[in-house]
Amino acid sequence: MSSNTRSNAAHYVAPIEETPLVAVDSVKASGRVSNLWTDAWADLRKRPMFWISSVLIVLITFVALFPGLFTSEPPSSGCYLENSNGGPEAGHPLGFTKQGCDVFSRIVHGAATSLSVGIIVTILILVLGITFGALAGFYGGWVDSVLSRVGDIFFSIPYILAAVVVMSVLSQYRNVFVIALAIGLFAWPSTSRVLRAEILRVKNSDYVMSATAIGVSRFKILLRHVLPNSIAPVIVVTTIGLAGAIVAEATLSFLGVGLPNTIMSWGNDISAAQRDLRNNPMTLIYPSIALSLTVLSFIMLGEVLRDALDPKARATR
Amino acid sequence: MTGYILRRVLQAIPVFFGTTFLIYFMVFALPGDPILALFGDKTPNPAVLEQLRAQYNLDKPFIVQYLLYIGGIFRGDFGVSFSGQPVSEILARTFPVTLRLALIALVIEMVVGIAVGLVSGLRKGKLFDSSALVVSLIFISLPIFVIAFVFQYVFAIQLGWARPTVGSGAPWSDLILPGIVLATISFAQIQRLTRSSVIESSGLDFVRTAASKGLSRRRIVPVHILRNSLIPVVTFLAVDFGTLMVGATVTEGIFNVPGVGNTLYQAIIRGEGPTVVSFVTVMVLIYLVVNLVVDLFYAVLDPRIRYVK
Amino acid sequence: MQIKKFGLAATALAAAGVLVLAGCSSSPESDTSSASATAIISTNGSEPQNPLIPTNTNEVGGGKILDSIFAGLVYYAADGSVHNDMAESIDTEDSQHYTVKLKADQTFSNGDPVDAESFVKAWNYGAALDNAQLSSYFFESIEGFSWDENVEEMSGLKVVDDLTFTIDLVSPQSDFALSLGYSAFYPLPASAWDDIDAFGQAPIGNGPYKLASDDAWQHNEKISLVVNDTYQGDRQPKNGGLDIIFYATQDASYADLQGDNVDVVDQIPGSALASYQDEFDGRSVNQAVAVFQSFTIPARLEHFGGEEGELRRAAISHAINREEITDVIFSGTRTPAHDFTSPVIDGYSEDVEGSDVLDFDEAKAQELWAEADAISPWTGEFKIAYNADGGHAEWVDAVTNSIKNVLGIEASGDPYPTFAEARTKITDRTIQTAFRTGWQGDYPSLYNFLGPIYGTGAGSNDGDYSNPEFDALLAEGRSLSDLDAANEKFQEAQTILFTDLPAIPLWYSTVNGAWGTKVSNVEFGWNSVPLYYEIEKSE
Repeated sequence: MSSNTRSNAAHYVAPIEETPLVAVDSVKASGRVSNLWTDAWADLRKRPMFWISSVLIVLITFVALFPGLFTSEPPSSGCYLENSNGGPEAGHPLGFTKQGCDVFSRIVHGAATSLSVGIIVTILILVLGITFGALAGFYGGWVDSVLSRVGDIFFSIPYILAAVVVMSVLSQYRNVFVIALAIGLFAWPSTSRVLRAEILRVKNSDYVMSATAIGVSRFKILLRHVLPNSIAPVIVVTTIGLAGAIVAEATLSFLGVGLPNTIMSWGNDISAAQRDLRNNPMTLIYPSIALSLTVLSFIMLGEVLRDALDPKARATR
Repeated sequence: MTGYILRRVLQAIPVFFGTTFLIYFMVFALPGDPILALFGDKTPNPAVLEQLRAQYNLDKPFIVQYLLYIGGIFRGDFGVSFSGQPVSEILARTFPVTLRLALIALVIEMVVGIAVGLVSGLRKGKLFDSSALVVSLIFISLPIFVIAFVFQYVFAIQLGWARPTVGSGAPWSDLILPGIVLATISFAQIQRLTRSSVIESSGLDFVRTAASKGLSRRRIVPVHILRNSLIPVVTFLAVDFGTLMVGATVTEGIFNVPGVGNTLYQAIIRGEGPTVVSFVTVMVLIYLVVNLVVDLFYAVLDPRIRYVK
Repeated sequence: MQIKKFGLAATALAAAGVLVLAGCSSSPESDTSSASATAIISTNGSEPQNPLIPTNTNEVGGGKILDSIFAGLVYYAADGSVHNDMAESIDTEDSQHYTVKLKADQTFSNGDPVDAESFVKAWNYGAALDNAQLSSYFFESIEGFSWDENVEEMSGLKVVDDLTFTIDLVSPQSDFALSLGYSAFYPLPASAWDDIDAFGQAPIGNGPYKLASDDAWQHNEKISLVVNDTYQGDRQPKNGGLDIIFYATQDASYADLQGDNVDVVDQIPGSALASYQDEFDGRSVNQAVAVFQSFTIPARLEHFGGEEGELRRAAISHAINREEITDVIFSGTRTPAHDFTSPVIDGYSEDVEGSDVLDFDEAKAQELWAEADAISPWTGEFKIAYNADGGHAEWVDAVTNSIKNVLGIEASGDPYPTFAEARTKITDRTIQTAFRTGWQGDYPSLYNFLGPIYGTGAGSNDGDYSNPEFDALLAEGRSLSDLDAANEKFQEAQTILFTDLPAIPLWYSTVNGAWGTKVSNVEFGWNSVPLYYEIEKSE
C-alpha cells in the first residue's frame, strides 16, 4: 500500500530527542534509581482513584475469602418457600428470593465463585490473547498468518456450542475452573486481534526503529518497547471483559451448562432472578450491583495502571 | 497489495477445513442421541430409531459422516434439517436478517460509542466522563436478557414506539429496537477504547506539535486525534461484527427475530450437525473477509502500517 | 427469557385422546355483532420440527397446523366429546373388527376425493418401517403391523368400496375408535404420493382451513391459513383465516399479546404466571388438561432398592410440600397430585387408598427416613435430573429444597444442557440419579396413565418398575367391558403404586392462555389448543 494518503503532516521523521523514547530515557536521567515499575508505583501512590479501587478490590476479596465475617447465615442454611419474595427484615437486609433464600447471604457467599471465574477467565484471555496477538502483530508474515487464522477458527465457534460441549464432556467436574475454561478458551481471539492491531501501529514508531538501529534484540524490543506501548486497549477490553465473564457465567447457568446451583454464584443468582423479573426485580438488581461494583473497581484500577505504566501519558502530565 | 489479498484468500482454505472439522467433531461429541429426542418423553421402538439414524447418516463413523458432508458441500448440497428443509435455504433465509440486525447494532454502537468516547477522552475526569462510565457499567453488568426485556416493555409495550417483536419479513424498522439492545453490549467497550486511545493520542508529539503550530481544535480533534485513535476501535468493531452475526441468540429470542442466532441455537440443542456446521462455516468466511478488510483499513488509518514488503 | 422449550413441547404431545373437560374459565364476550367473517386470527405457534406429514408430526408446533388443515374420521369438541367428521359411521361388535363408512362427496382442497383409499394408503405409509414415521406406533395394534420388517400394506386394512373400509386389530381394544381423531390417522390426497417430500412443505388437506398459497409456510416466521371452502364438516370457521406466528420464546409471544399484535396466545411465560389473569381479566384461561408430572427414582439406585427404598421414597414424598410449591412457584397454575392419573379422566378419584403418602408431613417423613437409615445409613446427595431447555429449573429447585429442609440431607437439581442427553441417559439406564418424568394421556382412560408407564417391560417404564400383582390387576381391568368395573380394578392397582411409588407424583398441569380485545368466543380444547374455528374477530 502506498503512503500517499499522508495528509498528516505531523508524521515527519522526528529527531530522536523529540520521540517518546526520549521521554522514557529522560526519566532515567533524572537521577533517582528507577525503572518502569518503581516509577509506576510512585505515580500510583499519589492517585485517589488508585486507593479507592484498591480498597474496594481488597474488600471484595476479603468477602470472597471470609464470607463468614460478613453474614451470619451459613451457606448451607436452607431456602423456605414461606419466605418467597419476602421483603427485608431483621437479619435479612435485602429480603428473599422466589425460592425463599436470603439474598444478602447468597451475594456474600457467591463472591468467591464469581470473582474466581472473572479473574481466571481474564488471566486465561490475557495469556492467550497477548501471546497470540503480540507474536502475530510483531513478527508478521507467516507467523501472523498461522496465529491469526487459528484465532479465527476459535473465534468462529459459537460459545454456546463450546460451552455445551466442554461442560457436558466434563460434567463430572462442573467447578469454577472448568467453567472458566469453557468461557476463556473461546474468548481470547478478540483480545489478540485488538493487541495485534495496536502493535502493527506501534511497531513502526520511530523509537522502535531507533532501538532496532542501535542493535537491541527483536524480542527485547517487543517486551520493552512495543508491548508496554500497545497494552492500553488490552487493559480496557480486559477490565470490561472481566464483567463479561461473570455475566457469561449467568448465561451459561441459564442454559443449564453453568455451575450446579449447589455452588453459589452471582451468575446463578442473576439467572434465577430473571425468571421472576416481572414480580421481584430487586433479587436481580442486588447481585447486579455487586457485579457492577466489582467491575467498577477493576476498571478504575485498570485505568490508573494504564496511566502509570504508559510512559507517554506520564510524560505529558 | 494484490499479492497480499491473494495470500489471505488462499489462507481461507485451511481455515475452512479446520473449522468444519472442528465444529463437526464438537457436534458429534455432544452427548445424547438427537434422534431419540425427536420422540419427546416417549421411548420409541428401536427399529424406527435405526431407520432414522441411517437416514441422517448418524449410524456411520464420525470421519465418514464428515466426508459425506464435505462431499455434499462441493456439490452445493449443505444437507437437510430434521424438518426436511435444505440447509442452504435456511442459510439464505436467516443470514440476511441477522446481517441487517448486526449492521444496525454496529452503526449505533459505533456512532454513539465513538462520540461519547471522544468527548470523555477530551474531558477526562469531568462530569461527562464519569457519567459515561456509570452508564457503561449499568449496561455491562446487566445480562442482555434483562436489558432486552426492559427495553421491550418500556419502549414497545408501554410507549408504543416500536413493535414488541419483529414482524413478517423482518423489516429494517422493526429491527431498530433489538439493534439498540445489542448495541448496549459493546457500547461500553467501544466507548472506553475510544476514550483511552484519545487520551493517549492527545499526548503524542504530533498532536502537541499540531497544537503548537496553532492548528484549530476543530481540525486537531478529527484529523489528528480521532484518526490515530481508531485502530483499536475499528479492530474491536470487526470482532464485534463477528459476535453479532452469530451470538445474538438471546436478543433474537426475546424479539422473535427469525435470524441466525436462534436457528443456530436450536440446531445446537437438537444436535443437527449439518445445520450447525454450515452456519459456522458461512460465519467464518464472513469473518475472514471482514478481518481482511480491516487489515487493509489499518493502512488507511495509519500509513506506516504496510503489508507489502 | 425462556428459550423455546423443546422438552416441554415434546411432553405436551398432541396425542390422541378424548378428555372430559374439567371446567373452563373463559367468559366469551357478548359483543360479537361486529364480528367479521373475513378477519384473520393471529395466534402463537412454533416452527414445525418435521415436514407437515400427519404420521410424522408428534409435537405441538406441527400438530396445531395439521389439526387446522386436516379432518380425520372424528374430531374432538371442546368438552372432549367425540363427533364424526369425515366418517358417516364407525361400527364394531367385538372392539376388534371395525367397519368405517365415510360421508359421500367429501374432497380435499385440491379436489381429490376423500375416499377409503385416502385413509388406507396414508395409514399404510405411516406404519411402514422403511418410512420411519415418528408416529408409527399408533398403528401397532392393527393386524399385519411389524417392527421387524417393512410392511407395505397391513393385512388389517381392507378397502371395501369407495366409501367403506375395515380395520382388524390384533386384539380387542375398546378405546380404539376414540383415538381416530389424532393426527396420525388423517387421510392424504392422491396427489401426495407424487412427491411426498414436496407435500410435506406445502400440504393439501381436507380440514376447515388450507394453506393460503404454496409458499404459505414462511419458515421460522409464520404460516398463513385461509378458510377451505370444500370442507363440509361441523368445524365451520367463523373467521377468515389463521396466521400462526412462530415464536422462539414464550416471552416474545406474551409481549406481542401485551402490545396487541397477536390475538390469541395459548402459553404464558413463567414470569407472567402470577399476573396474567389480572392483566387479561376476563380474557384468560387456566384450565386443567390431561398432563401428569412426577419424578422417578429407579430401584437400581443405591439406597433405593427393597424395603429401604420403599421407606425412602415414602419419606421423600411426604417431604414435598406440593401445595406450597404449586402455589408459590406456579402461582396456582398447577394442581397438587392426588394419584397417578389426571382429574380430567373418567373414573378419577382424589381418595384412592394410600394416597395420603402424597400429603406433606414433616414428622412422618423424618420418621420413615430414620427407619430407612436403620437398615442402611444414608450416604451421598439426592439429585433430580432434568433438561435445562425445558423450563424445569424452578420447580426442581423448590422440590429439592423442600426435601433438603425436611430430611436434612443434601438435595439439588442436576440439569442436562440438552433434552437429547437427558433422554439418552434415561433410556440407556446409565443415569445415576432420580429424574423428571411426565405423561400426557393418549386416551381418556385410567389405564393409559398406568399401563404404558408402570407395566412390567412397558415402553415408557423408564424406572424398570415391575410388580406382578399390579400387572395382573391392570390386565383384569382391561378385559372388562364395563367401564366402571374396569376403573375399580385400575384404582385397586393404584393402591399398589402408592406403596411402591415407582414415580413420585407431583402435580397436574393446566393450560394457560389469554387473548386480545378484538376477538371473542375463545375456547380451549382438551389438548390445550384453542378451537380456532370458533373464534370471532371484529375489525
